[in-house]
Amino acid sequence: MPEKKQSIRGVFINGIFNENPIFRLVLGVCPTLAATTSATNGLGMGLAATFVLLGSNIVISLLRNFIPDKVRIPAFIVVISTFVTIVQMLIQAFVPALYEALGLFIPLIVVNCIILARAEAFAARNPVFHAAADGLGMGMGFTAGLILIGSVRELLGNGTIFGTAVFGASFEPMLLAVMAPGGFIFFGLILGIINAIVNRIGSRKGVQA
Amino acid sequence: MSLRLSTGPHLLHKESTRTLMLDVIIALVPTTAAGIYLFGSKAAWVLAVAVASAVLCEYLFQKLTRRPVRVLDLSAVVTGLILGLNLPAEAPLWLPAIGSAVAVILVKELFGGIGHNFMNPALLARGILLASWPARMSVYFMPIRVLGATSAVPAGPDAVSSATALIRPQGYEVYDLLMGNIPGTIGEVCKIAILIGFLYMLFVGTIKWHIPVIFVGTVALFTWLIGGDPLKAVLSGGLLFGAVFMATDYVTNPMLRIGQVIFAIGCGLLVAVIRMNGAFPEGVTYAILIMNILTPLIDRLTSRRVYGTVKQHA
Repeated sequence: MPEKKQSIRGVFINGIFNENPIFRLVLGVCPTLAATTSATNGLGMGLAATFVLLGSNIVISLLRNFIPDKVRIPAFIVVISTFVTIVQMLIQAFVPALYEALGLFIPLIVVNCIILARAEAFAARNPVFHAAADGLGMGMGFTAGLILIGSVRELLGNGTIFGTAVFGASFEPMLLAVMAPGGFIFFGLILGIINAIVNRIGSRKGVQA
Repeated sequence: MSLRLSTGPHLLHKESTRTLMLDVIIALVPTTAAGIYLFGSKAAWVLAVAVASAVLCEYLFQKLTRRPVRVLDLSAVVTGLILGLNLPAEAPLWLPAIGSAVAVILVKELFGGIGHNFMNPALLARGILLASWPARMSVYFMPIRVLGATSAVPAGPDAVSSATALIRPQGYEVYDLLMGNIPGTIGEVCKIAILIGFLYMLFVGTIKWHIPVIFVGTVALFTWLIGGDPLKAVLSGGLLFGAVFMATDYVTNPMLRIGQVIFAIGCGLLVAVIRMNGAFPEGVTYAILIMNILTPLIDRLTSRRVYGTVKQHA
């Protein structure tokens, strides 16, 4: 049952901005902290999660009238872990370096709360094209967030973005930025800044209207 | 005749954040002077940049977030000065600049400003610098001048990096440890100056003796128990500076006396344990930070039961 009729485009955009999984829903914090030590890792994790989101949203939406309510969560997990297994094998086969860098966090996509949350909250009650747009939008929003945080941390902690040196040779990288505590600190700072900007824009619109 | 109507307490005192901070600054004067004498003009620059950056960051942040500007309460000056005294004299000047910005903005202002920080700002900034640039922070330089007569090797015109006195305390005489003729950060080396500051703060009542004395005493006792030289353990590293100027920060230690005693013993035990088994030779920074985090729990544990209130259901 679609709760509210939304355009497919609106659903897609919603995942990137209004309900950005990282900055607005604050879901999937664990992979966000772990996979943002560089922009490349963020991109890889984002694309892997996008693939799983898209696949699981489509399949769960197609099966939504066949899955009994009582066993829906195990059923969702079976679908999600199928796609995670596929993506894990693909990454291992074609991008072994990324596979090494992300390590355990690829299989852990199974328990990434964004994916189960979208399955439960959206795919299970919307038609297949809407579900696909939601999966793609959420995945893109997640990827964009990961790249942003990964770029900031890589820039400060290593002096590079996507492996390209940005500063001169005299730059001394701030090691903390690519360590675990730096993940928490910079995730928190970026989250705060983005929400401050969004709130300011929101209040300005409110004043005008 | 003017009648003043107000609720209690009715005690009027001129003491304010500003006068307290001024007392701390006065207490830091001997240490600062000794540091600049021992390490030369480089130390003066590090301290100046640290203080300037702290004050500037606080002013700009409060302006940008449209909060009342409270730079004049001098707390940023104290934070900057303490951070600067925690740095090696040979530190490049961007180090104190970044450190003070981290201390004031990240640790103090983002958590709600003065009185709301959950860790000592200068100390957490030092921890962040230590984790970020270990090559810059864990180098200990020998002073370029000597205070009083010394039995140590006379220092040359250029600062020489060397291992902290903690690694080989038997290589230094107690006299040199007291005077500051040992490698270390700007503020930690001259123990006499720190003790003068401590006595001043005790005399004017800025701090009580419990935390520093119990903190240092615990370290000495523990070192003695495991077979070390307690006197040199106390005098070799940053223990005195940390115990007198950083563990005593009002905001980040427990409110009640009994809690403060637990806090000080915890600090002392952690310092001894980290010095023995940690990756770094010195453990004062992390010991105090860990006890800062535990402070709300200690307060909860030691709070007195208020009679006459209804038992609250959790």
